[in-house]
Amino acid sequence: MDGSFCKQILMKEVGMGVSRRQFFKSVAGTIAYAAVISAVPERVFAAWNQKAFMSETMAAAIAAKYGNLPIEDSAAIQIKSPEIAENGAYVPVSVATTIAGASNITIFSEANFAPLVASFDILPRMRPDVSLRLRMAKTANLVVLVQAGGKLYKAVKEVKVTIGGCGG
Amino acid sequence: MKVKAVAQNNVVSVKILVQHVMETGRRKDETGKLVPGHYITEVNAQHKGERVFQAELGPGVSKDPYLAFQFTGGSVGETVTISWVDNKGGTEKADSVISAV
Repeated sequence: MDGSFCKQILMKEVGMGVSRRQFFKSVAGTIAYAAVISAVPERVFAAWNQKAFMSETMAAAIAAKYGNLPIEDSAAIQIKSPEIAENGAYVPVSVATTIAGASNITIFSEANFAPLVASFDILPRMRPDVSLRLRMAKTANLVVLVQAGGKLYKAVKEVKVTIGGCGG
Repeated sequence: MKVKAVAQNNVVSVKILVQHVMETGRRKDETGKLVPGHYITEVNAQHKGERVFQAELGPGVSKDPYLAFQFTGGSVGETVTISWVDNKGGTEKADSVISAV
């Protein structure tokens, strides 16, 4: 595959070059869908935190998700991710923590248009260890917050994203 | 949706691969028109009537999402049920029998 072709695909995947107006249009659409979903009786799913997922900054996303809980850095959160991701559309990430009483793990990609990527509730029988593949718009920090009690613990890891490269 | 659940020492490792466009809502098609967002918002897993996994996802998750997690208290031969919903009300449910390593 030649480089320019890859670049095209990558730009498609990460949705670059879209105006603010178009973004808000799509948000309005999402709100309409959410209204339809919530009208279905006996929902087996918890309420999706639309505000947090649509926030355009880390600070806004964290506030929408957690309010203003205190945040401290922690070495007890392990983030496994490639140092260099050849394709920002598929970045494999694993997160685990040894923090006692962890009730939630939330993953952010700092430079994404909407930084909040995914949020996992650590249920009583679940281990605080999750993996997924996520999109990164460009080289940026992955930020992981773990909630335990009334506190948030934070770990950060940078991933270099090779725009337009297919490796080699 | 493909689900693989494997038990070892009372711990079940679950890997999920869902076929889904995970359209961000910010991509334009060939004619320059914005493609509406279409992405999975929630995924959960049940084992013996108890929820053992609960995730909220957004458009930052890659196309054809891959998810992996572990839970305790499951054995070979039992069933794990995975469900997801997307922002357009689409949904899918799959049962997977826990196998040995």
